[in-house]
Amino acid sequence: MSLSDDQVRRLARLARIAVRPDESAPVLDRLNRMLGLIDEMRRVDTSGIEPMAHPLDAVQRLRGDAVTETDQRELYQSVAPAVEGGLYLVPKVIE
Amino acid sequence: MLDLSVTELSAALAAKKVSSVELTGTFLERIDRLNGELQAFLFPESTREFALGQARRADERRARGEAGPLTGIPVAFKDIYCTKGLRTTCGSRMLEHYTSPYDAHVVEQFQRAGGVLLGKCNMDEFAMGSSNENSYFGPVRNPWDRRRVPGGSSGGSAAAVAARLAPAATGTDTGGSVRQPAAFSGVCGLRPTYGLVSRYGLVAFASSLDQAGPIARSAADLAALLNVMAGFDPRDSTSLERPKEDYLKGLSLELKGLRIGLPREYFGEGIEPGVRQAVEAAIAWFKSQGARTVELDLPHTALAVPAYYVIAPAEASSNLSRFDGARYGHRAKEYSDLLDMYCRTRAEGFGNEVKQRILVGTYVLSHGYYDAYYLQAQKIRRLIALDFENAFNQVDLICGPTAPTTAYELGAKTSDPVQMYLGDIFTVPAPLAGLPALSIPCGFDAAGLPVGLQLMGRHFSEGLLLGAAHRYQQATDWHRRVPKETPL
Repeated sequence: MSLSDDQVRRLARLARIAVRPDESAPVLDRLNRMLGLIDEMRRVDTSGIEPMAHPLDAVQRLRGDAVTETDQRELYQSVAPAVEGGLYLVPKVIE
Repeated sequence: MLDLSVTELSAALAAKKVSSVELTGTFLERIDRLNGELQAFLFPESTREFALGQARRADERRARGEAGPLTGIPVAFKDIYCTKGLRTTCGSRMLEHYTSPYDAHVVEQFQRAGGVLLGKCNMDEFAMGSSNENSYFGPVRNPWDRRRVPGGSSGGSAAAVAARLAPAATGTDTGGSVRQPAAFSGVCGLRPTYGLVSRYGLVAFASSLDQAGPIARSAADLAALLNVMAGFDPRDSTSLERPKEDYLKGLSLELKGLRIGLPREYFGEGIEPGVRQAVEAAIAWFKSQGARTVELDLPHTALAVPAYYVIAPAEASSNLSRFDGARYGHRAKEYSDLLDMYCRTRAEGFGNEVKQRILVGTYVLSHGYYDAYYLQAQKIRRLIALDFENAFNQVDLICGPTAPTTAYELGAKTSDPVQMYLGDIFTVPAPLAGLPALSIPCGFDAAGLPVGLQLMGRHFSEGLLLGAAHRYQQATDWHRRVPKETPL
């Protein structure tokens, strides 16, 4: 199946990626080529096949409920675009 | 020194024929001379002093009598490995100015062993690509022919090892990103079993597929590197708890009676004649040593690429949502509100291929499409894993080409992404099934470009794969050839 311009705009919004109007035609073209490739897979009858989420069918290992990490806020915030008083700064969300 | 294997360098260091500072300096000098054209390393000037400092410490450690086999050996790291205090760009504008506050587990493992971090290698942005043309910092060039791609996404690592800019390197392999560039660049690369090497501190791409692996010039060197890289790490939830193996011990493998599977799907149409010839000659050599070949079918092979290009983008769209301009990485200069900040930051920070895969991933996970795409791909993944399970009831390892072609020219496949994806046909099945696989050089095509031979095995059969590859390399010299454009 092929995507429409509207669908690409919706996907871009969901993915939080701004797509300029002049980019939308090439983006649409490449996405449709990729979906064309993927669609070959949809024709296969997979009824009764268990989906495989982990290649060794292993389950997530759980750790003990113990504090293991130390506070490294300053170090980690040293690479942030904007911080103040130990907080990450972003545009105001709530008026 | 430039042409010695890791084992030989280790012996030279132990015999005090050379110091790590001298050795590291020799490679840094060659990087200075050749990297401008190859672009295998990113900003080598920014890691130079760090490398020499590590080399000094390695020499001091040796003087104290505390050296191990890799102490003082320079190793190049794909720029997807977080390195404390050094830039970690992942080939992206998003992380162009990012300096990691911590080390990846594998980086720590090499430091514990006394290895020297020689520099950070160029790569396809966020490991998405098979030609290294998707790097924000420009493509890597193939040392065998600079008009051609080195393969990807660990193209910088493979080209660095091929051009003798580094004796060994690390890469990561999600759908072939260690093995395919190893094949295109005429070096050796191993993708270990899923869960064998910790991914802690590797920038995540597709978490049910990502594995870290070594790139070197021989199977014996891969074994030495894997000894350092493999092992349990509680910080990666997929890391497996199992006894540590010594992969150097498996190298004396007996080939007589070894059962080698030849999947018909790996020798069909679309394989270049030069690739076929070289691979068939290698198989003939294994037979001459008493190995038995068994023709078999992996009937779902053709579905591996479509399933991979659903699963990998889906997981990438989730993993890459962390790049929001709030906590680290690029942030757009101008924006109106929070949503606009996200959208502009990501539009500016990601390249086209990454954006495209995020959009596809978003689509296949979105409401109403999940079952038809993502769930279906996971079922196909099961079918592919079952194909291998059946095959490994009959054989010990599976053999075929790593890629259907040799290295192609820069720009040859950039206009149609699907053409490039189809070249991944032989490398995506093993990761989908979580299996180990390696690529070693097995000859050259008529244009003088290297051909890669792929060996795939059961889970945790790295020792067997390395042993078979090592025996082949004791009888052949394809892996010793030096690219003509980067003579010693």
